[in-house]
Amino acid sequence: MSKYRLGEFHAFEGGGRQYLYLVPSAGIFELDSPSLAVLRRLEQGEASRADLAAIADEDVIDELHQAHAIITDGFAAPPLQNPSADFPLQTMVMNLTNQCNLSCQYCYEFGEDKVATPEGKPKFMDFDTARASVDYLFTSSAGRRAIHITFFGGETLMNFPLLKQVVDYASTKAAEQARSIDFSLTTNATLLTPAIIDYLSEKSIGVTVSMDGSKESHDKFRVFANGRGSYDIIEPRVRALLKNHKTRPITARVTMTSQAMDVLGTYKHLKHDLGFHEVGFAPVTTSPNRLYSINERGLDSVLDQFRALAAEYLDHALRGEHHGFSNVSDTLAELHQGVSKSHPCGAGLGLVGVGPSGDIAPCHRFVDSDTHTLGHVSTGLDRAKQNDFLSRGHIHSKIDCSTCWARPVCAGGCHHEAYVRYGDTGHPNLHYCDWIRGWTDTCLEIYGSIAARNPGFLQHFAERKAA
Amino acid sequence: MKHLRAVNQKARRIEDYLAANDDVVGLQAPAGQRPHVPMGCSLVFSPGWEVDSAGGTAGLCQPVERDLYDCYITCFWPAQVPDHLNNYPDWTAKCAAATKDWRNIDLVFP
Repeated sequence: MSKYRLGEFHAFEGGGRQYLYLVPSAGIFELDSPSLAVLRRLEQGEASRADLAAIADEDVIDELHQAHAIITDGFAAPPLQNPSADFPLQTMVMNLTNQCNLSCQYCYEFGEDKVATPEGKPKFMDFDTARASVDYLFTSSAGRRAIHITFFGGETLMNFPLLKQVVDYASTKAAEQARSIDFSLTTNATLLTPAIIDYLSEKSIGVTVSMDGSKESHDKFRVFANGRGSYDIIEPRVRALLKNHKTRPITARVTMTSQAMDVLGTYKHLKHDLGFHEVGFAPVTTSPNRLYSINERGLDSVLDQFRALAAEYLDHALRGEHHGFSNVSDTLAELHQGVSKSHPCGAGLGLVGVGPSGDIAPCHRFVDSDTHTLGHVSTGLDRAKQNDFLSRGHIHSKIDCSTCWARPVCAGGCHHEAYVRYGDTGHPNLHYCDWIRGWTDTCLEIYGSIAARNPGFLQHFAERKAA
Repeated sequence: MKHLRAVNQKARRIEDYLAANDDVVGLQAPAGQRPHVPMGCSLVFSPGWEVDSAGGTAGLCQPVERDLYDCYITCFWPAQVPDHLNNYPDWTAKCAAATKDWRNIDLVFP
């Protein structure tokens, strides 16, 4: 009889209980003391069934074995299924314009690391292209009841008239087909007017504001072409938005740089001083030599602050209260649903980005880039290009990831970040592996604590969109 | 499961899957749709070498060990593993009746 040994998992503790996060299935199981004893024994080395039977009942061994927490010779985890070739679209990100009234130095669309090649292409999307895009979304999402359009830019609101046309056209079309469609947009908030805010609220359009925190942090990079900061312009507009748009939660999206890493202060300002419903943070995407790039030590500091804020989140969750740190909510949703990703995100699969010219890109970050075009809304996706993009991005082609326990949630990380860093969308983002594992571990502990002490709260995450 | 408590949604799916797959039944129909007729493979319990629709052995309605078992003694196959003459004389010692006891046969890796 072959020997038993440990399978692949990440063990963690939360709320005084012991859990396993199984890899690659992403199942989370709580252990009792006999099963824990078996695992402790196998940490010392392989053992026969008789050895294990001496410390635990046979059914303990069988259960651990069936769940692949312990394995025998010849075990090979079944490979993740590939998404089907005709995987239906769910979300389209429409770049209504590639023009922007700000000149943020770190911008991935205009900054030093840009991938876009907008020369000779339309600067603003016209209605014909928008209509063709919507038609493409409807035909390519066959079988889905609910679909989604995100408006993006450039600065989205620089083409607000088209946004309204698209909302009307797509809503009518959805009603005809008895399907539901919802809309959201990302904006820098400089062009918000009372009329626009009323419209967004009336149409239940979700709004994400790109905002980097207090005036001091925000104005470091989010500036007009003349270098003047945009905080003073947007602050009253954001307050008006938060006061008058009540139909959807409003989110702030913070880009962290080496010069703006005060997570706690930024959260406090955006959540409590201004009143955003949720605040999400992401480190800037950049090649490593930029001055504003966050180095390893900086990432450690960010992780420490994330953990401090996450502890606050846990206190809220145990009292059954909402907390607005969306990085935790997003990760908890993925952990609760047990996602095990073949690809880091839906780019080029359930989601595409469309540029003002109608070119289809894997996502909004690749829009207007000749290198990454996957097709055109009038002719659809070039399946060969799509396959190439998806097969390079597949977790099985990322050898470095094959031994990492965090791969079910990470899957190698953002395609665009990988391209900027390594020149290949399929390259694993090795510069933040420790960060991802540290953060996932923190969120697992929070998950375990909530599961132990306020399990009803986890229902919030059953339906939350997981990447 | 008694010792592992499923906590997240995926763990509950694993638990359901294991509960539903306690026994190996060829091309098991979804619960509630019975009777069913196994299709797509041999009806006898002594198939030859076969692969499933995906070209592997994971989806066979009988485990691949059964195929090997068929070669073990009865079939002329000079290079089979396990072989009963030299290296694995006791491979089927715990398998008196293949239709009942095939679970006792381990895979071997030369």
